[in-house]
Amino acid sequence: MDRSDEGARQASGRRARGELESDVLATLWAARGPLTARETQERLPGDLAYTTVMTILSRLHDKGMVVRHREGRGYAYEPTRDEASHTAQRMHSLLEGGSDREAVLARFVSELSAQDEHLLQQLLSGHGEPPAESERSPRNR
Amino acid sequence: MLVSVYVPFLVTAALAALVPPIARRLPPRPAAWALVCVALVTAVGWTGSLALLAFTGVAQIPQIAKEGHWSVAVLRAEDPVYLAVAAGSALALATGIVSLGVAAVRQIRRLVRARQECADLPGRTELAVVDDVPLAFAPPGAPGRIVVSRGMLRCLDDDGRAALLAHERAHLAGRHHLFQGFWRLAAALNPLLRPLAAAGGFVLERWADEEAAACVGDRRVVAHAVARAALASAATSRPPALAATGGAVPQRVKALLSPPPARRRLPFAAGGLLLVLCCASLANAASDNDRMLDNAQWAQCALYADTARSWPADREVRPGLHCVDHDRREHGERHL
Repeated sequence: MDRSDEGARQASGRRARGELESDVLATLWAARGPLTARETQERLPGDLAYTTVMTILSRLHDKGMVVRHREGRGYAYEPTRDEASHTAQRMHSLLEGGSDREAVLARFVSELSAQDEHLLQQLLSGHGEPPAESERSPRNR
Repeated sequence: MLVSVYVPFLVTAALAALVPPIARRLPPRPAAWALVCVALVTAVGWTGSLALLAFTGVAQIPQIAKEGHWSVAVLRAEDPVYLAVAAGSALALATGIVSLGVAAVRQIRRLVRARQECADLPGRTELAVVDDVPLAFAPPGAPGRIVVSRGMLRCLDDDGRAALLAHERAHLAGRHHLFQGFWRLAAALNPLLRPLAAAGGFVLERWADEEAAACVGDRRVVAHAVARAALASAATSRPPALAATGGAVPQRVKALLSPPPARRRLPFAAGGLLLVLCCASLANAASDNDRMLDNAQWAQCALYADTARSWPADREVRPGLHCVDHDRREHGERHL
C-alpha cells in the first residue's frame, strides 16, 4: 500500500499530464469531424493555455493516437480508429459474466427500467424538481 | 454462552436490514468506510459464533474428547446447545467457507484478467475509446484505464465528458474495486450481507459522483451527465426485467440535484455501538466456552485421579502430566 501511494505521489505530475491527454482525446472523439487546436481548446472545460493544448495534441500524435492533416496554416486533428472496434469486442467479453464481474468493473451507468427512464426524463426536464429548474445552464455553456 | 453466542447473529441480521437503506442517504465516503467496518465485524462475529456452536457439538464426539482430555458427560451436562443447532452451525460454517473460497478465486481471476486487458489496451494513454454502443467503465490495473465508447462521448456535452472522466478517475484513485471485492467476499461468507454489498455498490457510485462534482465544480453538471449517459445506453439495450422501484441511476441523479447529504453522527454512533456489542458478546461466549471446557477437563482429571490407584503406573503417564499442567494453571490463576 505504502509503496503504491509513494508511486502515485511521484507520478502525480505525469498523471496530471495523462489526464489532460484523456480530456483532449475525449474531445476529439466526441467531435463530428477533425478539430484544429483552437477548436479543441474551446471545447475543453477549464481554461487551458493554447500552447498546452498544442503540446498535448502533438504528444498524442507522436503516440499514434491521433492523425493530423493540414488545414489552413495549421493542422486539424482526428483520432485514429484502427483498433477501436477490435478493442470493443474484447471489452465486451470482459464485461460479460455474472455478478462477480460487477465486483471488478462498475459501469458508469447501470441499466434502466422503463420507469427509470421516465423518471430520468422528468428529472432532466426539471419536472416537479425545484432544484432542477435552472439546470439548463450547463448545456448552454 | 446461552445468550451471548446468539447475539452476533441478531446484530448481523439487524445491521443487514437497517444499514443499507441508511447508508444510501449518508455522505458516500464515510458511508463506504462504515460499510467496510460493518462487513468486517459482522463477518467475524457470524463466523465466530457459528464456530463456537459447532465446536460444542464436535467436542462431544468421544474420539475428540479423548484427544482433548475432557469429559463428554460433564460437557453434555453443562452444554446448553442442542446437538441439532450445533450440527446446523457446522454445516452453515462449512458452506460459508467453501463459498468464500469460490468467490475469492473468481474475484482474483477477474482482477487478473482486468489487469491484463488494461495492459493490452491500445495506446499509452489513460483513456481508451472503443467504437460501440454507449458504455463507460474503468478496469482496475497497474495503472488502471478508462474505457469509454464513442457513443457515450458523443451523447455528452463538454462539461459532461469532463464529469464522466472525473467519475471514472475517482473509482480508480479510490481503489473502489477493493471495497466492492471485500463486501462481496463478506456476502459470500454470510448471505445475510448481500443487501449490504448491493448498497455498497451504490455508495461507491455516489462517492465517484460527488468526487466528479467536486472536480467539475457543479453537481448539476454531473447529474445531467449521468442521466444523459443512462438514457443513451437505455436506447440501445434494455434489460428484460428489472425492479420497478426506481433503479440506481435515478437515485444518483436525484441525490446530485438535491443539496449534498448532511454529515450525521447518530447512525455511525448507533452502528458502532451494535458492532461493539457484537464483539463483546462473541468474546463473552468464547470465554464461557473456554471455562466450560476447563471444567470438563478438570472433571476428567478428577476421574483419572480416582482411578489412578487401580491403573498400572506407566499407562497413566500422559493424562497425569496433562492434569498436573492443568492443576498448575488453575492454581496460578487463583494466586493471581
